Amino acid sequence: MADSNRVDRPLSPHLTTYRIIFRPQITSFSSIMIRVTGIGMMFGVLLAVWWLLAAALGPEAFATADAVATSWFGDLVFTLSLLAVWYHYLGGLRHLLWDTGRGLELRTVELLGWGCIIGSVVLTILTLIVI
Amino acid sequence: MRYLTDRKRAEGKGPAHHGTETHKHMTLTATGLAFLMPVFLYIFGHALGQDHAGVVATFSRPIPAIVTGLVFFIAMRHFPHGAGSVLTDYAKGRARRYLTIFVVSLSYLITATVLFALVRIAN
Repeated sequence: MADSNRVDRPLSPHLTTYRIIFRPQITSFSSIMIRVTGIGMMFGVLLAVWWLLAAALGPEAFATADAVATSWFGDLVFTLSLLAVWYHYLGGLRHLLWDTGRGLELRTVELLGWGCIIGSVVLTILTLIVI
Repeated sequence: MRYLTDRKRAEGKGPAHHGTETHKHMTLTATGLAFLMPVFLYIFGHALGQDHAGVVATFSRPIPAIVTGLVFFIAMRHFPHGAGSVLTDYAKGRARRYLTIFVVSLSYLITATVLFALVRIAN
């Protein structure tokens, strides 16, 4: 009896189930992207920390780190990290709103999901203009 | 119909014995970062691309140094819990344990490195 229950069940939040059974949803996508951006922005963090440490160590160390940080590769990492920061920022605000018990209707959640995606792109462009 | 025994249902601070502490901690650090992050992005964005003397001058001033220290200190307390929930969902057993140690160690390492760099620049 007990052995029949030993099934290799999918891990939460059931990525395979979502893909097979449901069509792509903004609700699950916007939630998964919080995780992706949270971990993804660590690449920008590592580059920024290396750059700051090199600045502290002296001009020679800084020259090496700065060459990488201001190259096309550095620009790519920092721009994607900036996009990730803003997405995670808006997604985090959405969670703080949900914590108050508001904005939990499906239609609102879907709208907020699109708001996170469009808002993060707009804020990234704005930040690049300002700095 | 919920098939939950009284034992499995949350009693007191629940089976993990620390209730909603993790969630409260994430809310607290998220709120702090919500205020600090735009200021930090402005400081960092302006410093990036300057020469060595300019970067050292920026981070030796009190507000850029304090904001940078706070952002990394708080973010590196926020990160291991976020990454931890991902690991709880997608990794099992030994892999989860080693990856958790890696994530926590990396957070401490980044915090210490940033604080060292700021102290060295301020000197």
